[in-house]
Amino acid sequence: MNAALQTDLDPRDRGGPAQPLLLVDSLRKHFPVRGGILNRQVATVQAVDDVSFSVQKGETLGIVGESGCGKSTTARLLMRLMEPDAGEVVFDGDPVGARRGIPVSEMRRQMQMVFQDSYTSLNPRMTMVESIAYAPRMHGLGRREAYDRAERLLGRVGLNPRQFARRYPHEMSGGQRQRVNIARALALEPRLVILDEAVAALDKSVEAQVLNLLEELKQSLNLTYLFISHDLNVVEYMSDRVMVMYLGRVVESGPVASIYRHPRHPYTRALFASKPTLDPDRRTTEMPLTGDPPNPINPPSGCRFRTRCAFAQPRCAEQVPMLGAPLAGDAPPSHIVACHIPEAQAPMRHTIEVGHA
Amino acid sequence: MTAIAQGLHGQDGHAPSQLETQITVTVPEMPAGGAAPGYWKSVGQRLLRDKVTIVVTLIILGILFITLGAPLVTGHDPYAGSIMARLKPIGTPGHWLGTDETGRDLWTRLCYGGRMSLLAAILPVTISLVIGGFLGILAGYAGGYLGTLIMRTMDVFYAFPSILLAIAICGLLGNGLVNSIIALAVVFIPPMVRVAETVTSQARHLDFVEAARASGTTTLQIIRHHVLANVLGPILVYATSLISVSIILSAGLSFLGLGVTPPTPEWGLMLNSLRQAIYVQPYVAALPGLMIFLTSMSFNLMSDGFRSAMDVRLNK
Repeated sequence: MNAALQTDLDPRDRGGPAQPLLLVDSLRKHFPVRGGILNRQVATVQAVDDVSFSVQKGETLGIVGESGCGKSTTARLLMRLMEPDAGEVVFDGDPVGARRGIPVSEMRRQMQMVFQDSYTSLNPRMTMVESIAYAPRMHGLGRREAYDRAERLLGRVGLNPRQFARRYPHEMSGGQRQRVNIARALALEPRLVILDEAVAALDKSVEAQVLNLLEELKQSLNLTYLFISHDLNVVEYMSDRVMVMYLGRVVESGPVASIYRHPRHPYTRALFASKPTLDPDRRTTEMPLTGDPPNPINPPSGCRFRTRCAFAQPRCAEQVPMLGAPLAGDAPPSHIVACHIPEAQAPMRHTIEVGHA
Repeated sequence: MTAIAQGLHGQDGHAPSQLETQITVTVPEMPAGGAAPGYWKSVGQRLLRDKVTIVVTLIILGILFITLGAPLVTGHDPYAGSIMARLKPIGTPGHWLGTDETGRDLWTRLCYGGRMSLLAAILPVTISLVIGGFLGILAGYAGGYLGTLIMRTMDVFYAFPSILLAIAICGLLGNGLVNSIIALAVVFIPPMVRVAETVTSQARHLDFVEAARASGTTTLQIIRHHVLANVLGPILVYATSLISVSIILSAGLSFLGLGVTPPTPEWGLMLNSLRQAIYVQPYVAALPGLMIFLTSMSFNLMSDGFRSAMDVRLNK
């Protein structure tokens, strides 16, 4: 075996570097809406509808979309904090929760999550070192070893254990607390970390520090990230690949450069058009998105974006578009989009340069 | 934030060598059960700033002293009456709070009577705290059908006014101290369940509980380490406030002849028997009522003070 070719020397690696660390197939979660005198189910919220994707070992997959598009529900379904209605999750070749796969408890050791709210995600009655050491202790690690590991992890995330180990959550700033949350997620030595808006609540300078910390930890600990955010700039900075979600469905996914340079789906384009640019010479020419996303209780038939799409045609209402190669223009093979209309996908720049004539 | 940091450094400064070794060589000792010394210390500091709470706590301690230590503060026998010394007014030599309708020293009877009154008030609350707290935390954490079953069952009890329910249960079981305690415990379980259920279902959906679930912690461990430590405070505070209601209800049951039986001294019972003397010695007749009022109000204000002192978020 050629060790130089082996990019991933992790002994927990089972399928080799080519096998995706996470494979998600047709994941679905519909929430019942109950009402009336008899508390009957009157409607369903289609929070996550037939979402499929994969995460390669060592990469960062960014998930973007408006609030309510199902990003966080997807994360919770993956952690099995809620049960999916349908679909399969395969972790490094092993179906999660299936009879011949790995049990949920084992999957949770290898997959951890960092939440958005740094304050509510820490127990107010526990010190930092107690919070970090908690999960390893519950998994049978001795008290001394668990606390040693917790103090080492505090150091790893840039907090001096002597200064911070015995503090309580209310005695720390948001950035410091989020570092502790990252340390806690790493305490079980996971392979995949889901970052659910993990930096969204931090101010910009602290956000940059935490992002760099995450990048550094990823390299040194051989981690794979699922990076969920609504901030397009942050996702571009962090991700290798990007997946765009709209109303519970994936509308586009592909390499970060390809998606950011040539977004194909009308929704993605509108999303990028709404992104503020810091360069005064670049003006956006695309129509910005108007209106709110439709009610997910009764989503539009066919393509869910058609009610806000400038290119919508009758067939958009009849047929659900499948993810596939773009219908017009060149794109890398991994760049896929769910749209019926070729004109909508023609490669075009979503910004024009002015003042250089 | 900086003030707290300085405070911590200040603590370090007092015993640097000891703390240094504690942190670097050994792992700092943490108290079990998630109860944090820093947290309770700050609660204590806030309590010390609250003058009303200090006063009512002192009143309660005083009442506990004169009732539990009754032989120390009075030389009379609570059962020894005297035909000659019936219904003496307040300030009579030898009977500074007067005497009751059979000539028994009222101060003595108030001291000894407090034992029964407090027992009949605190014990039902304790029982309902254990049973109701358990059911409420179970309902709040489990949710779903089990939670609905428990909560709707409790709602049935809510349909009756509490004093009517207590009277009905007492009537069913017969009078006596034990039966009045059982009756009051039944009355207090539903509100206790409701409070416990509310705080638990709130705590259950906090991110740190989700994070513990996501790291594969079992349900029992989560309840023990993450839920209990955060819900016990509000539940205990509510139980303290229930004591004030309980004192009034248990006195009411005795007043109606459903609780303690004569000649045992008990404030509610004393109020009933002195009722006939209200035109002869109105001040003496009002004294048991005054004790009930004072005790009930003190417990109420004390639980109020504890609630605000224990609220971390108020003083974030």
